[in-house]
Amino acid sequence: MTEGVLIHKKTETGKSAGEMEEVTLIPKKAIDIKLEADVITPDSFAGKSAAEIGMLSVWQGPKTYPLSDFFEVVGKAGSSAAETLIRIKGDAMRIKRIGEGMSAGKIEIEGSAGMHVGTGMKGGEIVVYGDADSWAGMEMLGGLLHIKGNAGDHVGCAYRGKWHGMKGGRIVIEGSARHQLGGGMDGGEILVEGNVEGFCGIRQNGGLIVVNGRALRGVGAEMAGGTIVIGGKIERFSPGFEYVSMENKVTSGEIELIGDFKKFTGDYAISKRAKGALYVSINANPEL
Amino acid sequence: MAGTIAIKNGYVFDPLNEINGEKMDIFIRGGKVVKELSAAEMKTSKVIDASGMTVMPGGVDSHSHVAGAKVNAGRSMRPEDHYKANLKKTALTHSGSGYTVPSVYKQGYDYAAMGYTTVFEAAVPPLEARHTHEEMCATPLLDMGGYLVLGNNFFLMRYLRNGDMEKAAAYVAWMMKTHKTYGIKCVNPAGVENWAWGKNIHSLDETNIHFEVTPREIIKGLTEINETLGMPMPLHLHANNLGHPGCYAITKDSLKIPDGVKTKQNMDVEWAETKMDPSRDRSVYLTHMMFNSFAGTTWADCESGVKDITDYINNRDHVVIDSGCTPFGEATVMTGDGPAIHDIYALTGNKWSNTDVEMECGSGVIPFTYLKSNPVHSLQWAMGLECLLLINDPWKTIMTTDSPNGGPFTKYPEVMTWIMSEAFRKQTFSECHKWANDRSALGGVNRELSLYDLAILTRANPAKTIGMVHRKGSLGVGADGDVTVYNINPQQLDANNYEALLRAFRKAEYTVKGGEIVAVKGEIVSLPEKRTYYSEVHVENEREKEMLADVKEWFRYYTLGFANYPTPEKYLENPTPIQVNGER
Repeated sequence: MTEGVLIHKKTETGKSAGEMEEVTLIPKKAIDIKLEADVITPDSFAGKSAAEIGMLSVWQGPKTYPLSDFFEVVGKAGSSAAETLIRIKGDAMRIKRIGEGMSAGKIEIEGSAGMHVGTGMKGGEIVVYGDADSWAGMEMLGGLLHIKGNAGDHVGCAYRGKWHGMKGGRIVIEGSARHQLGGGMDGGEILVEGNVEGFCGIRQNGGLIVVNGRALRGVGAEMAGGTIVIGGKIERFSPGFEYVSMENKVTSGEIELIGDFKKFTGDYAISKRAKGALYVSINANPEL
Repeated sequence: MAGTIAIKNGYVFDPLNEINGEKMDIFIRGGKVVKELSAAEMKTSKVIDASGMTVMPGGVDSHSHVAGAKVNAGRSMRPEDHYKANLKKTALTHSGSGYTVPSVYKQGYDYAAMGYTTVFEAAVPPLEARHTHEEMCATPLLDMGGYLVLGNNFFLMRYLRNGDMEKAAAYVAWMMKTHKTYGIKCVNPAGVENWAWGKNIHSLDETNIHFEVTPREIIKGLTEINETLGMPMPLHLHANNLGHPGCYAITKDSLKIPDGVKTKQNMDVEWAETKMDPSRDRSVYLTHMMFNSFAGTTWADCESGVKDITDYINNRDHVVIDSGCTPFGEATVMTGDGPAIHDIYALTGNKWSNTDVEMECGSGVIPFTYLKSNPVHSLQWAMGLECLLLINDPWKTIMTTDSPNGGPFTKYPEVMTWIMSEAFRKQTFSECHKWANDRSALGGVNRELSLYDLAILTRANPAKTIGMVHRKGSLGVGADGDVTVYNINPQQLDANNYEALLRAFRKAEYTVKGGEIVAVKGEIVSLPEKRTYYSEVHVENEREKEMLADVKEWFRYYTLGFANYPTPEKYLENPTPIQVNGER
């Protein structure tokens, strides 16, 4: 959507950082087996001192260790999740499940984040300054997950075997994402500045996916509802979609997008009653 | 001495001995219930103070899907069932995962935490017996056994068509000891064979493809064989046309077939003392009745047909049922009834697994969610409870969820509380779709079962029905020392306070197995050995030889060799054959 204009009518941000107490986690050493660090949330840090936070345990392989084995903990948490900011000073690519299920507050990761960052988060905000590994925002319910770099596979997707992914909240990716972005998505929004690969919006039931760049193939495969907007070229267009109309505006919930689009509906490959809406940039896809 | 314990001052509910909440002590020595312990034994034995609490025999589940190929298919096709339900390893217990289909370890711990000590696997396909035994062997704490699926077996259908009842009986006897299984299960008789050709069977007198036998002939034949052999339990029937609007009619007609067949349980066992006659007096055990009780013609006009069937059962004495309740929420539907599962697939579009078990049977598995907002699911909830509340004699009913079909066994506490508390039922009526009330009779039922009734539905009757009363289901002298202590004071029991009942049933205060305390407040504290029961059925050597000649001849159609067919005893933990005398 090279000419598209994205208008956010509403932006969700928690309290400004000024009103928050800050906890800084400074990585101490290189991590070999990836950590299962679902304790790194404002919810579990709230009301705790640096020493108490350091005592929280994380799984590494078959064993648990105190968080302080891996991080120097500085500062202290606010009295509630909403008043707690967690700053990870450095790279967290080998740390999984940061911010899992968090309800409020903020996490800033000054490097890259490992798999499952923001999985099932309900509220608050996570900012990843680097890249995010696969499953970012898996089955997310609310809040804002902002990835300044690229993201891996399965962003906002359903867990393996499940049919329902992200239900609410917003994921913003300034770079590109890989396969199956928004798989099984029921609600919420995913905005990608760059490109996506295969099966973006597979089995989508609701919500909005906006990709400014290109998509590889399988866009909206098996989708039954919701909206996908692709601003760049789709390499191989899904066969189960039917052309509806030319549009110069897409509206979904609080969001409005201006540009020149062809609107399709589907995916009729699975259900005759499918209600998915797929908007494709006219300029980038002259053959459609 | 191991397995020696005194459980003092509890209110005891032991229906097989007609003990109804009497305050008394229970003594167990060497794993068996005894009259008393000597003063010297008392000094060294463990003592549980059960003052103000309810004491019952250990829970017995006579119909649950807990082991074998289709259960494992359910586990492997549902990673999403596992990632949120998991159990940490401790110094004593294994790790585990799974909500509707837990791993074997978690399954054993979860049952024991609720006070259950004996669980029978509801369907063992002969070819999958080895796998089933491997899983039963690995399931901790629970005494187990399995029912052999025989309702669509090539050999039996051929014998029944030809009227060769003697060979048919010899075949069943041989199959029981070959696969180390316990009783006869009959799933959608004649229909599952048709499913191999993409079809089903819809009436009792319709012949199936190639074998040209009818459901009626199979039910009649298997019931007669069951009694000829003197099997411990009645024919375990999963009736035809399951899960279809209008299926209640064929269910009722199926129950009429064994009417008049004389029961003859012929086991060579040592019987625990019971006041009631412990021998079996039912010729048919209908399973998950709810799923077979829909009236109406489509899902739009369907309603409960339970009352029609319960009216029949109330007037006859040869039928016992388990309910197959649906307590709402996640379930994994799995059955040997392949076509029924395909119909659910067509309805929901969920991921679906289907298996043809060569010359014997088949199965299907599909995830399912029962929603309070859904009219049919709400009706099913009401129908399941109707099955238990509209049959007057509790000795004709058994509480199950057909786990994990109606919901996982960990939802039993909800079902137990619904049948004991009208207030809890009213609460659920207010939360679910109005079809539950409008299309069933449950709203007008104010019956509330007592703790005594509950002990019948969850231990005494399952044990009596399947012929395990010689050691399970009672606290009579000689019975296995399996005891559940619930933190419920019967003197202050208030059915309106259903939250308290739910809490008490979810985590038994104590679960005692063979005289050892295995769980305290839901926490596993010891892991004594368990047993696997099977029927060693005897028939005349000559007859067995004749029958085996047929079997060997047809065996070339199997994908395995005859020598590899049997399950050796080493696959069983503490194999415990029950001598069934058959025609000797």
